[in-house]
Amino acid sequence: MKFPKFLAASALFFAVVQILSLIGLLNGYWMIIINKSLIYVILAVSLNLINGITGQFSLGHMGFAAIGAYTSGAVTAIIFKLSPLTLTGNAGFALALIAGGLVAGIMGFIIGFPSLRLKGDYLAIMTLGFGEIIRTILNNIDFVGGPRGLSVPMFSSFPIITLFAVLTIVIIRNLIESSHGRAMLSVRENELAADLAGVDTTRYKVMGFVIGAFFAGIAGGLLGHLIQFMTPSQFGFLPSAMVLILVYAGGMGSLTGSIIAAFVLTFLTEVLRLGIDSIRDATGFPIGTEWTMVIYALLLILIMLYKPDGLMGMREAKILKLVTPGTPAKAMEVAK
Amino acid sequence: MSALLTVKGMTHFFGGLKAVSDFDFEVPEGVIYGLIGPNGSGKTTSFNLITGIYTPTQGDILFEGKSIKGVKPYKIVQRGVARTFQNLRIFGNLPVIDNILVARHYTVRSGLFSSILRLPSFIKEEAEIREEAMNLLRLMKLEGRAMEQAKNLPYGELRRLEIARALATKPKLLLLDEPAAGMNPKEVHDLMDLIKRVRDEFKVTVFLIEHHMHLVMNICERIKVLDFGETIAEGLPEAVGKDPKVLEAYLGKRGA
Repeated sequence: MKFPKFLAASALFFAVVQILSLIGLLNGYWMIIINKSLIYVILAVSLNLINGITGQFSLGHMGFAAIGAYTSGAVTAIIFKLSPLTLTGNAGFALALIAGGLVAGIMGFIIGFPSLRLKGDYLAIMTLGFGEIIRTILNNIDFVGGPRGLSVPMFSSFPIITLFAVLTIVIIRNLIESSHGRAMLSVRENELAADLAGVDTTRYKVMGFVIGAFFAGIAGGLLGHLIQFMTPSQFGFLPSAMVLILVYAGGMGSLTGSIIAAFVLTFLTEVLRLGIDSIRDATGFPIGTEWTMVIYALLLILIMLYKPDGLMGMREAKILKLVTPGTPAKAMEVAK
Repeated sequence: MSALLTVKGMTHFFGGLKAVSDFDFEVPEGVIYGLIGPNGSGKTTSFNLITGIYTPTQGDILFEGKSIKGVKPYKIVQRGVARTFQNLRIFGNLPVIDNILVARHYTVRSGLFSSILRLPSFIKEEAEIREEAMNLLRLMKLEGRAMEQAKNLPYGELRRLEIARALATKPKLLLLDEPAAGMNPKEVHDLMDLIKRVRDEFKVTVFLIEHHMHLVMNICERIKVLDFGETIAEGLPEAVGKDPKVLEAYLGKRGA
C-alpha cells in the first residue's frame, strides 16, 4: 500500500483533465501547457533529489535531458523506420524513453564520479561546462540535424506523460523514505558527520546524481516527442536555470514544492506571454516577449525576500507522506 | 588486557606547525581512557587522526592489531570506531530518530530496488532498525523527542543524541570529544553515570577528551596528559593528578 492517497489524487487529476479535454473545455493549446507542466514536474523533482535532498549543486540538468531526448529520438526514429504501424504503440516509446534515461544516467556517472569525490563546488563547475559541451556537440552532429534540430513523431501523450510523472514522484519519494534516502539526506545535513556515522558519502552523492540524471533523460525524451522537434538550444543553460528556479521557488528538499512550482510557473509563463503580447508600445507594436523574463525575475526576487526557503521549505504535503513502518505510535503522538 | 587501539610514533604537521608530536599510547580493551591537556595541545587532532579525517604525517595507528592509517573514515567506523564531536554535528533538519537510523545504515541489507518497491523484507528490516533506534533513544531519555526536528533540541539533549548516534554504529571503541562541554554540574553528574552505563551495557571501550577535571578524575581508569603536542604524563588518575609537570601545564610554574 504505497501512497494510496497520492495515487488516488493522481488518478482523479488524470480523469478530470481527460474528460475536460474530451468535451472540448481544454483545447490542444492548454493540453500542451499541462503536458509541459508535468514534464517540468519530472525535471524539478529529479533535480531536487540532487540539489535539495543530497545537497549537491548541479547546474546542467537540461544537459541530461538533451541526452535523453536525442537518444530516445534516435530510438523512435529507428522504430518508426522499421514499422510505421508502431506509431501508436506506447510500449516502444516507453522503451525509447528508458533507453534515453539510461544513457543520461551513464553520463551522469561519468560526470558525477570524478567531481563528487571532492567536497565543494566542483560539481557546479563540471555540470555547467557539461551542459555547454553537450549543446556544442549536438550543434555539430549532422546526423541529428545540428543546429537545425531533429524532427521526431508525436509520441508523447497526456496519459504517458502523467504515468511517467507519477512514477518519478513515487520512486523518488520511496527512495527518500528508505535507509538509502536517509544516507543522502545526511550528506546534505553534514557531510563529515555522515562520513563518521559510517555512510559512504561519495557513493550516495553519485547515486543521487545518477538517479536524478536518469529521470532528467526521461523528461527530455518526453519533451522532444511532445513538441515533435528538438534543437540543441532548447537544452542550454537558460532552460537549466529555469529548472533550478523551480526547485528553489518550490523549496529545496520538498517534492511537493517542486510539483507546485512546476505547474504554477509553467502556467504563469504562458499567461504572462499572452498578457504581454497584447501590450502595445506608443508606436503600436507589441513590446516583446522578453519582458516576460523581467516579470519573472521580479517574482523571484519577491520569493527570495518573503519566502527565502521557497514556497514549501522542506515540508511535504500530507498525501505525499508515507506511513513509516515500525515507528512506535507513542512517538508519533508526541510529534503531533 | 590486550590493547584495542595502539598508536605508534604518530606525528602530524599542518604546514610547518607540528600539531601532534611522536605520540605513543595504548588503549586497553574495556577501560575508560582519558586524554587531557590545555587548549591547542593536539587532543582533537589526535581524534581526527584516529578516525581518518587526517592521515598522520608519520607513525602508525593500529586498531585490533591492524593498521587503520590511510583508511577512509567511513570504513574505520565500520570496523568499530565511533566518535562524537566537540562542536556538535547533528543532522539538524532530520527527525531525531533519523539521526540514529543514518548511523545504522551501513548494516542495512535492503537494496535500492527492494527499498523503492517497499518489499516485505524492506518493511520488516525498517521496523527492526526503528525499534533498535527507539531503544537507544530510551537509554538516552530522548524517546519522547523521536519525531522532532533534531535542531529544536536543547544543548544537553543534542550531546546525548550524538552519543546515541555513535553507539548506533555498534562500535568497539567510542571516542568522546569533550562530552561535558557546556554542561551544568548536574548534567555532568548524569553524564558520568551515562558513560559508565554505556561502557558496561554496550561492552565498549571509551576514549575521551575532556577539560572537566572532576569528570576525568572520577570515571577515567587511565589518563594521558598532553601539552604542545607532547605527552607529559600517563597513568592512573591519582598519580597523574599529583604530577608536577601536569600541575605546571595547567596552573603555571610556581613563582613564574
